[in-house]
Amino acid sequence: MTVMNFVYGFIVLLAAFIFQTALTGVNRKVTARIQKRYGPRWYQQFLDIFKALRKGSITHGWVFDFGVIMALGGIMATVIFIPVAGFEAFPNMDNVFVISYLLAVGMLGMAMSAAGSGNPWASIGVSRALTNMVAYDVPLMIVIFTLIFAFDTASVSEIAAMQQGMGVLGWNAVRMPLGGIVAFIALFGMLGKKPFDSFIAPAEIASGPMVEYGGKHLGFMFILHELMTFIEVSLILSLFFGGGSSILVYAIKYAILYTLVNIISQVMPRFKIDQAVKFFYRVPLVFAIIQGLVVIFLGWGVSVWF
Amino acid sequence: MVLENQDNRNLWEKIGDFFSANSIWMKWYCTGCGAIELPPTMTSRFDMERLGMGPMATPRQADVLLITGYLSSKTLRRVIYSYEQMQDPKYIVAFGSCTINGGIYYDSYATINQLDKYIPVDLYIAGCMPRPEGIMNAFADLITMIKKGQANGWRHYQENYEWYKQNQLDSLKEVIIHDEFHE
Ligand code: SF4
Repeated sequence: MTVMNFVYGFIVLLAAFIFQTALTGVNRKVTARIQKRYGPRWYQQFLDIFKALRKGSITHGWVFDFGVIMALGGIMATVIFIPVAGFEAFPNMDNVFVISYLLAVGMLGMAMSAAGSGNPWASIGVSRALTNMVAYDVPLMIVIFTLIFAFDTASVSEIAAMQQGMGVLGWNAVRMPLGGIVAFIALFGMLGKKPFDSFIAPAEIASGPMVEYGGKHLGFMFILHELMTFIEVSLILSLFFGGGSSILVYAIKYAILYTLVNIISQVMPRFKIDQAVKFFYRVPLVFAIIQGLVVIFLGWGVSVWF
Repeated sequence: MVLENQDNRNLWEKIGDFFSANSIWMKWYCTGCGAIELPPTMTSRFDMERLGMGPMATPRQADVLLITGYLSSKTLRRVIYSYEQMQDPKYIVAFGSCTINGGIYYDSYATINQLDKYIPVDLYIAGCMPRPEGIMNAFADLITMIKKGQANGWRHYQENYEWYKQNQLDSLKEVIIHDEFHE
């Protein structure tokens, strides 16, 4: 580990933030077009974030402030371990487990901070967010364990590299279609897109965990959200959709995947939290288990097309 | 309220005001008749997101508070609470004649007549009720005002806090709210 690793890590962080924020802005325009509106400028998301950082802010106590820093730190630490098109800031550390544990630091920091604000809406939002996490994580983890079992490695970049060279047919989502479906559905839950956005529900629980954030705290939360989106989409892209052989291919695939999720979510209604849990444990969980059994006992989709 | 015309912001504040002008999150207080004009302003026909504006869920997140019509004295307490929860810089836009001089409720025992005795209003929209075109026009004006550094109601409120508090107390007797949510 040299100084260069940290410089690369910083570059990945900066690029991830700029790319994802621009993409979010473009997707706000896509959303607007779906609703037959003209939509905001594509760089609106940058303006929003810098505006929020510019405003004043008040604290609701030590836990509230510390939680924000902990969440942002945890998420930033996770981003630098994400392999982008085979490029890693810290080689051989892009283990699925490293990423999922570091991600949990960020999530828990956010939960802690929101609960620290003392607002009942925030507590409801946090409890829904964590319930949602339990719902999508179980099927997704089963599929990811299946991948780890099938390929004998937990390294994200290695799993991504193994899918390349065969075009679309090499993607895990195609080789293991049920697993691909589970991952795609779980991505909606991870990103908090409709129908799984009951924890932010602005009209019902006043934006849930975000209810007491204003000004700079809110700006940090927005940055955090962009980085978290980057982690989640990257993870699914590398594990199931073949990553990318070059940065350009990666960026294009990433943009397509994220936009697709956004478009689908815009025409969805919202599940109540118990309906979301029931849904995840009824359809994706069954798919995930079937996929696991197929891979373990039949070996389909692991080394070759059968 | 007199708008100061000389511009004594430093560069940093000018940059900040540029961002504030181009990204306005609003919280609207659905009093009176005006709230119904906002959904068409937000949705496909008039689409205020073009200006970078959008609705927010709580006063803490918002930049501009919209008072959409007459205010009963009971509601005024909540408005003051909401306004004081917002983070600087913050702006107020008042809709309709009711907020200017009482409108058709000018002699009502339950409503206040002149809103900017109680909280600093940056911009009024005349009309009973202003149509979405009028509202969009006003928002464009608000953006220009913020860019030029003329929307200083929040500073005015801080500097003349005693005067505002005195007016609030004269009308309301006490600003503290007694109900199950505030005690
Ligand atoms: S100005 Fe007219 S439309 Fe607006 S609140 Fe008063 S009476 Fe209603």
